[in-house]
Amino acid sequence: MAPLMQSSQPWVEKYRPRRVKEVSHQDEVVRVLTNTLETTNCPHMLFYGPPGTGKTTTALAIAHQLYGPELYKSRVLELNASDDRGINVVRTKIKNFAAVAVGSAQQGGYPCPPFKIIILDEADSMTEDAQNALRRTMETYSKVTRFFFICNYISRIIEPLASRCAKFRFKPLSEEIMSTRILHICAEEGLNLDSEALSTLSSISQGDLRRAITFLQGAARLFGSSISSKDLISVSGVIPHEVVQNLLAACKSGSFDKANKEVNNVIAEGYPVSQMLSQLFDMVVESDDASDEQKARICKKLGEADKCLVDGADEYLQLLDACSSMIKAFSNMPEVFSN
Amino acid sequence: MLWVDKYRPKALDKVLVHQDVAQNLKKLVTEQDCPHLLFYGPPGSGKKTLIMALLRQMFGASAEKVKVENKNWKVDAGSRTIDLELTTLSSTHHVELNPSDAGFQDRYIVQEIIKEMAKNRPIDTKGKKGFKVLVLNEVDKLSREAQHSLRRTMEKYSASCRLILCCDSSSKVTEAVRSRCLNIRISAPKEGEIVKVLEFIGKKEGLQLPPGFAARIAEKSGRSLRRAILSFETCRVQQYPFTNNQVIPPMDWEEYVSEIASDIMKEQSPKRLFQVRGKLYELLVNCIPPEIILKRLLYELLKKLDSELKHEVCHWAAYYEHRMRLGQKAIFHIEAFVAKFMSIYKGFLIATFG
Repeated sequence: MAPLMQSSQPWVEKYRPRRVKEVSHQDEVVRVLTNTLETTNCPHMLFYGPPGTGKTTTALAIAHQLYGPELYKSRVLELNASDDRGINVVRTKIKNFAAVAVGSAQQGGYPCPPFKIIILDEADSMTEDAQNALRRTMETYSKVTRFFFICNYISRIIEPLASRCAKFRFKPLSEEIMSTRILHICAEEGLNLDSEALSTLSSISQGDLRRAITFLQGAARLFGSSISSKDLISVSGVIPHEVVQNLLAACKSGSFDKANKEVNNVIAEGYPVSQMLSQLFDMVVESDDASDEQKARICKKLGEADKCLVDGADEYLQLLDACSSMIKAFSNMPEVFSN
Repeated sequence: MLWVDKYRPKALDKVLVHQDVAQNLKKLVTEQDCPHLLFYGPPGSGKKTLIMALLRQMFGASAEKVKVENKNWKVDAGSRTIDLELTTLSSTHHVELNPSDAGFQDRYIVQEIIKEMAKNRPIDTKGKKGFKVLVLNEVDKLSREAQHSLRRTMEKYSASCRLILCCDSSSKVTEAVRSRCLNIRISAPKEGEIVKVLEFIGKKEGLQLPPGFAARIAEKSGRSLRRAILSFETCRVQQYPFTNNQVIPPMDWEEYVSEIASDIMKEQSPKRLFQVRGKLYELLVNCIPPEIILKRLLYELLKKLDSELKHEVCHWAAYYEHRMRLGQKAIFHIEAFVAKFMSIYKGFLIATFG
């Protein structure tokens, strides 16, 4: 294969922290792991938290720092959702890898502790059977193997596995930290980003640094080196504020036909409805002129519509239904339909 | 050749709608390298046209010499081998396919084809581009597993293979895939833009367009350019020279649905329901997708209803469409909707008129 051209490497990879210390905002984890580097011992770990907060980065960084480039291949097994991780793989591949005993040969200034690391990325998409099959494996080979589980939702990890691990929650990044990181990348890449665009970027990425960097790169590729907040919005797939505002206004006016027209418009413009629902949700929750009961009714309906969309229901019908419920909520019409 | 194909713009410079998008795309490929792309937008808005023009911009005219192939893959999935068959459209530089045609085995298609593409280096005489392009249609219809396996393969083989994904609604594409692509939203053309295109075609064909005629076609098209051009051509076949009051023929199935709607409004009884079922079956066996039937039916009914009833009817339409997606046989759910509507409407009539 051709070597990766420098420009074609995603910035997310290019600016991924290589050392545990560079990981920003996750102080507890960093403290524990730096300790690990000194004592060369660590428990099984479970990292959880929203996407783009540095879970995979941290796990990879500690593995690299422990073993160095040479031993890394033989000591670390990295599996994620794109690899097959059914119960068979747990029983054969993981178990075989875990069973191999290793010595603690110091090499090239890396600590190289006498155990191996298995990183299971996106562990919440593993089946329950596969997780159950891991339980005993973890204990039997705990002398020579450490497991790092990485997941978004800790509730999808079965209790027996979670209780065997030290749990660390990764917090969403605060706006300041995100800005410093983004500005650093802008400086490296020679981009111009005004303060308005910067705050837009932090608000549309919602604490997800990976998303922010991806948006930044997309905008830079499309619009060149000076980026305004409008460019960022058009790349990110966020719906412009006015469009959402119009839809909400149509719903508040109480006229079904007006709302229907707006819905048709939204669909024709090709805005993703799931995004629409989440932006409507934000606006309704923050609005001042709706009573608590109205807000509650609307939120309930938005939730239902979102669930239906996930099931694959039609976008137009769901948005129309949500809007019709909003109209009724705003004009205090009764909620339930007689069956 | 149909006008839709005849007047499809071949180059990014020649497009009449979405010129801004086309210019951006052009900038993108001149930089020697392009990220994965995800095009989304309603049908008939020009996604495919833009993709083909983009390929031409990248690879020159050879991207247009495509051949249709029926390929077979043998996939080794642990204990058994799976035979897969899929139609592909390929040139020396790109392969286009519809992975969702493989049904529940789409995951293997995604993995196998990308691997195969990555293995074979592109035949490039000038040695300009170091990658091939894979165009995947209807990614929103891919199963969850297929989309999950796409995310890693996209990163792994990015050195020799670029993906261009194309779908109607991006809500059905997982966040993970979306965040790895440059998302490009293609909105449906405005009516004014459709008029412009129709006038352009009329001029090329040497037709006399009465004033307002193109506007009427555009209005009927529901902002789908493809439909507008098709019905324009139908009009031409039907009667030329055009007259000012010439009827623009609606689609026959739409007329049929509106017939069903008026049937339902006229009488609400089990007997009528039985008749309607026959008509619904007629539509289904003619391969009209059930959700389109339901949507159209709702549209027709909403036109005839009082505003109090509209809320309730649209709620049930959404409810039964969702059920239809979860269930197996569409006819049950469409018929359930019709029955529900009849009961609501009858109740309303009794309450108002006694």
